[in-house]
Amino acid sequence: METSTNEKLKKTTTKPLHISGAEAVIRCLLAEEANLVYGYPGGAIMPIYDELYKFQDQLHHVLTRHEQGATHAAQGYARTSGEVGVAMATSGPGATNLVTGIADAQIDSTPMVCITGQVASHLLGSDAFQETDIIGISTPVTKWNYQITKASEIPEIMAKAFYIARSGRPGPVLIDITKDAQFEMFDYEYEKCKGIRSYQPYPSLSIEAVEDAVELIKQAKKPLVVWGQGVILGKAEEAFKTFVETSGIPAVWTILGLSALATDHPSNRGMVGMHGNYAPNLLTNECDLLIAVGMRFDDRVTGDLTTYAKQAKVIHLELDPAEVNKNVMADVVLLADCKDSLRALNERIAPKTYPEWIQRFDALDAIEHEKVIHSDLNPSKPGLTMGEAIEMINKHSNGDAVIVTDVGQHQMVACRYAKFNQSKSNVTSGGLGTMGFALPAAIGAKMGAPDREVVAVIGDGGYQMTIQELGTIFQQQVAVKIVVLNNDFLGMVRQWQQLFFDKRYASTEMVNPDFVTIAKGYQIKSQRVKERKDLDQAVGEMMASDKPYFLEVCVEKEHNVFPMIPTGASVSEIRLE
Amino acid sequence: MEQKIYTISVYTENNVGLLNRISAIFLKRHINIESFSTSESEIKNVFRFVIVVKMSSEKVVKIVKQIEKQIDVIKAFYHTDEETIFQENALYKVKSSALFEERQIQNIIKESHSNIVTVSPEFFVIEKTGFREETEQLRKDLEPYGLLQFVRSGRISVTKAKMGISEILNTFKNNNQ
Repeated sequence: METSTNEKLKKTTTKPLHISGAEAVIRCLLAEEANLVYGYPGGAIMPIYDELYKFQDQLHHVLTRHEQGATHAAQGYARTSGEVGVAMATSGPGATNLVTGIADAQIDSTPMVCITGQVASHLLGSDAFQETDIIGISTPVTKWNYQITKASEIPEIMAKAFYIARSGRPGPVLIDITKDAQFEMFDYEYEKCKGIRSYQPYPSLSIEAVEDAVELIKQAKKPLVVWGQGVILGKAEEAFKTFVETSGIPAVWTILGLSALATDHPSNRGMVGMHGNYAPNLLTNECDLLIAVGMRFDDRVTGDLTTYAKQAKVIHLELDPAEVNKNVMADVVLLADCKDSLRALNERIAPKTYPEWIQRFDALDAIEHEKVIHSDLNPSKPGLTMGEAIEMINKHSNGDAVIVTDVGQHQMVACRYAKFNQSKSNVTSGGLGTMGFALPAAIGAKMGAPDREVVAVIGDGGYQMTIQELGTIFQQQVAVKIVVLNNDFLGMVRQWQQLFFDKRYASTEMVNPDFVTIAKGYQIKSQRVKERKDLDQAVGEMMASDKPYFLEVCVEKEHNVFPMIPTGASVSEIRLE
Repeated sequence: MEQKIYTISVYTENNVGLLNRISAIFLKRHINIESFSTSESEIKNVFRFVIVVKMSSEKVVKIVKQIEKQIDVIKAFYHTDEETIFQENALYKVKSSALFEERQIQNIIKESHSNIVTVSPEFFVIEKTGFREETEQLRKDLEPYGLLQFVRSGRISVTKAKMGISEILNTFKNNNQ
């Protein structure tokens, strides 16, 4: 008798919930601890929004003002929290508006799950109202995507979506759910995904390769470490710090690697790439060993590949097999999560110093300081520079803020001069270079790190690409600080026109609205600074505010960002003026 | 860089959309696919794509890695012609009157080792399996007699070396446990 009662009890406790597909989607999100969703409703996703209404005490939905904003906000959230960002949209235009953010997340390895509504399955292919083939459209820019036409598929597919988005090299996943599958009732049971047989996200590290790497490190006289976002994605900051401290090797970063090692760490020698620092670029072509950690040799980093670090042996610490030997051939490949590879190296390397080699950095730094940095940060001309605006933010943030940047001159200047004390503090669109990224990304960045100060630094061009997200900031009262560095130009394109197109400024001059008035319309406290004497107080006031704040800094119109490696040139051809 | 014919074999899960995903990898890199065929493989529910491309050895390595990176791809390989046994299949539709009136046609069929698949009062269909040159030669030979339709399949191929997909799947299974 006892047994049968127990069995009965067991049966009732494990009895699946009989619920709609739409409710299942919400329960799956909660099971994955995704209790923050950015999105925009519409016809084909209404059943899911109806459930969001019922679950609003457990799941916070942020209504952005455009679906693109939802993806960038989800990206910003993922970048500061390290969790999967979630974005939702309806079918047709709702879905296509997600594409830019998805492509951005794909190239910058950001974990994101996008859920789109789709017309009912019997209408698929009939060119129904707001029908679009979002699976076809998103295929090249997603890590994985899937169309659900039956409610019973929802739990397994949602579990896979989160697993795929966050494991291995992270990336965006899109799940398209037909409206009938959202309405359909079924027996819901959820099990987290633990593995997929055709997907092996963590290759096992070859100890032989580790030993080969150690040998190369031992022999090196002028070694250089270039690190990328892999250090952050692999949560390897501590192991990385130990590695550079023990090995004594100077370390330089790609734009997405920024903040993994504190700016004032003595081993941190600056940025590589097109607008990177002088020493890191020049010495890339002088080092005898290049240790690439979690970076992919993007063309903006390498310049002309035929002349890139040809004299050096290369050790590549990389998780994604497809990145190995893609652009630069490596002598030793450590194919694993870089936390594991770094730990394995740390166990085997001996402390070392390279005083003469370090002096080369110091000497070149001094040249860059004299020719570029000094006038950027302490200009003698009356016009404000972007550099001094960033320096003023440093003064008031003490390097503790998250800096979100858009794309262009201000982005390069911010990355060059912003100070960072902790990891996951630099949020920018690196690979895709998406103007309009920063404002919505800052919303997500702040929600992903609510205790931190988040400052969005944006150009006047990119700001106007997603300016409508001021509405989201207003409605949600997200305390982001927005700094628009306004030069009334699409500055980076103008710089190229000046340098490479004989100053033919085709469609780069902007007649801008009164940004302060616009911010006021959203009841966001705002200020405009035109003169140097007002900058300190304005930035101070902005940083002291516990509410959203808008600051427009009118900067010199035709200032150029240097150093610069012209497209296709060698890193050795870096120009200081 | 020397361009060569490579046969890329891709073992995959049976998922809608995977064809699109794989062809997108070639499209993104502006690579023309010479031929493409797919069927279930020796393992139930595991599919095999056979893709023929002409490219340099440096490029084919990278393409195969990009293919293998896709979530639903179990394993991808590339091989040169020397490393595979491959065939193509072609069908030729000819007017029936030609078969009876032109003696030469019967000789062509016999000498090419092709088969007659069907004969009707209006037309007959010949089938030929072989290398590209062989199916091409037969097409040339039949053309003077009025070729009503001609179609050739993509290459199908097996490798001389062992593929070991079941072993790979077993290792994957153990890794995930």
